[in-house]
Amino acid sequence: MAALTHDLQGADREGQVARFQHLRRREQWRYVLLLLPAVVFLIAFYGYPVAAMLTRAFYDPVPGLQNFEPLVTARSTVEFLGLSIPMNAYIRVFWITLQIAAVVTIVSLLLGYPVAYALSSVSASRANLLMIFVLIPFWTSILVRSYAWMVLLGKEGIINEALLAAGLRTEPLVLLNTRLAVYLGMIHIMLPFMILPLYAVMRGIDRNLLRAAGNLGAPPSAVFRRIFLPLSLPGVAAGCLLVFILSLGFYITPALLGGQKDVMVSMLIQQQISLLKWGFGAALALVLLILALGIYALFTRVLGVERVFGSART
Amino acid sequence: MTVAAQVRTPEKIGGLGARVLFDRIEKRYGPVIAVDEVSLDIAPGEFVTLLGPSGSGKTTSLMMLAGFEIPTAGEIYVDDDPIAAVPPYRRNIGMVFQNYALFPHMTVGENIAFPLQMRKIGRSEIARQTRDVLELVGLPGYEGRYPKQLSGGQQQRIAVARALVFNPRVLLMDEPLGALDKQLREHLQLEIKALHDKLGVTIIYVTHDQEEALVMSDRIAVMNNGRIEQCGGPTDLYDEPETRFVATFIGESNFIDGVLARADGAIGYVEAPGLGSLRAPLKPGIAAGSPVALTVRPEKIIAHDNGASSHLNTVDGTVADVVFVGEMRRYVVALPGGQRLVLKAQNRSGVQSFNRGDAIRVGWSVDDCRLV
Ligand SMILES: Nc1ncnc2c1ncn2[C@@H]1O[C@H](COP(=O)(O)OP(=O)(O)OP(=O)(O)O)[C@@H](O)[C@H]1O
Ligand SMILES: [Mg+2]
Repeated sequence: MAALTHDLQGADREGQVARFQHLRRREQWRYVLLLLPAVVFLIAFYGYPVAAMLTRAFYDPVPGLQNFEPLVTARSTVEFLGLSIPMNAYIRVFWITLQIAAVVTIVSLLLGYPVAYALSSVSASRANLLMIFVLIPFWTSILVRSYAWMVLLGKEGIINEALLAAGLRTEPLVLLNTRLAVYLGMIHIMLPFMILPLYAVMRGIDRNLLRAAGNLGAPPSAVFRRIFLPLSLPGVAAGCLLVFILSLGFYITPALLGGQKDVMVSMLIQQQISLLKWGFGAALALVLLILALGIYALFTRVLGVERVFGSART
Repeated sequence: MTVAAQVRTPEKIGGLGARVLFDRIEKRYGPVIAVDEVSLDIAPGEFVTLLGPSGSGKTTSLMMLAGFEIPTAGEIYVDDDPIAAVPPYRRNIGMVFQNYALFPHMTVGENIAFPLQMRKIGRSEIARQTRDVLELVGLPGYEGRYPKQLSGGQQQRIAVARALVFNPRVLLMDEPLGALDKQLREHLQLEIKALHDKLGVTIIYVTHDQEEALVMSDRIAVMNNGRIEQCGGPTDLYDEPETRFVATFIGESNFIDGVLARADGAIGYVEAPGLGSLRAPLKPGIAAGSPVALTVRPEKIIAHDNGASSHLNTVDGTVADVVFVGEMRRYVVALPGGQRLVLKAQNRSGVQSFNRGDAIRVGWSVDDCRLV
């Protein structure tokens, strides 16, 4: 008799578990429904065209992998850290792109970190006010800002005019159409993308931790090195990833401010398409995409997705 | 200003605690006075609690001692040395923060090693001291865990371990048990107390829980609006409250408002509307004719109807409410003149019980009431 009631209870329990599972599944469907409009939009107007464009690499003008051939046939070498690396003109463009993206990322970090630190140290209301100055560039188009740099850096630009007028130079400096101009323009655009994630993470760092470290005998330099810096690393990772990946795809700024040698991949792609070499353009775009995804994967593998996109938990 | 009477001399293993002296300390934030002329003399090895409601300046006082806030006036001395010019990281004062402030990116072992590394102590010595202090707080072998892998009570113990490992002469604790449930809190109160007896370190403890303060402290400084209202041992504060605030904040109190009619030796006569003349020990500083309140604890009032002894204040009233709480009954008595008294009567044979609406005569010894 006792065993019988026990069995009944067991069956009852299973029924209950099944009911809960059913409820949970219904809950999950609700979230799917919420996501649906955005997903449909992205697939129709983003996923499909991108896929259509990229697949051209494999059939335009004729099916096969010949679009990738120019990338792997070596024609020259470059010197890097004392090594002679065989490289062709196209790979060289990828190389320059990576270089520019790396320099822009590092300099943005060096410039942005102290700004974010300062912003996170003042009161929230003052920080909001100061944040406007960080964000103003966001509200101005990249094109306008790049032209503004041309006005500043050109042969008859403000800087050269001033130098000549002051008698410091007898002939104008070559500033425009140099790598330096590309760096200036891109860093200017990228700084907010570095500062914002840094600031978000730094704001989340409990100030009591810094006080505690001081209380335990750490002078300010040690408090920064041992406590603040490690806790701000998720912001560093997020900011660097964002800036680096965005930099890989830059087009207008290097086109307007760079010299003949400062060709980035997106400029090369645009050039191929304007020559109606859709297939080769698609192949270049595909390689750039794979490069970006690879770097993203490397970042998250080394640091963990949670550390890149999670905030500093205290 | 005298050094507190109770200098404890238990066996110390961490060396003696330091004497701490607040000399007319004031802290203003613009127009807000967070701490107002606080003077407090804490003997070496003493356990002193700052007790007060939210915003009374407890944390600010600790922060000034730890060096994170600078007083706008006054000076703090540790062992007779003024500390204003000493930066926080050279003060050698341990602190347990309210939210523990354990470094989330470091293991328990690394957290505890941190103050030792800052003092350039060798690796093997650090390992040994870490092991010892974890043993002391009852969490041996927890070196490898991260703070978020610990329960609230365990985090609290690690915070204590980290604050003690470098042998500070003063330990500050800002509501260290505030985030824990009642049972764990009571358990840790006793543990902290035992630790204090063992180490002999001077402890300044902050809480707004009066029971906690009474259980743990050698002396309690009751703070209100940035001032110390009264400072004394738990029994002193409970039995001899000097102000109405102290009488209300520590334990439960009745107040009968009246006017001091006259003084007769050590006894003052209070005229209360509808209650006639009540007697209380006289306190200096209250002039005859000035308004005064007579305060008496609920458990010191007896309900009886068999005559009045000469040493009792007695009044007649009506039972307005009764609550049965198991070990006692709690009566609210409405008095003629509109004032009310709360009294607690033990639940045992021989103690008469009353119902709502009954007439009741209550009395209390003249020695058991105070003027505030
Ligand atoms: N940085 C500050 N700026 C302005 N006012 C402050 C600042 N810090 C504290 N105060 C004020 O000083 C007073 C005392 O604050 P304090 O933190 O010392 O109170 P507390 O006794 O610790 O209270 P709680 O029990 O809530 O922790 C409060 O009125 C508070 O608003
Ligand atoms: Mg506080």
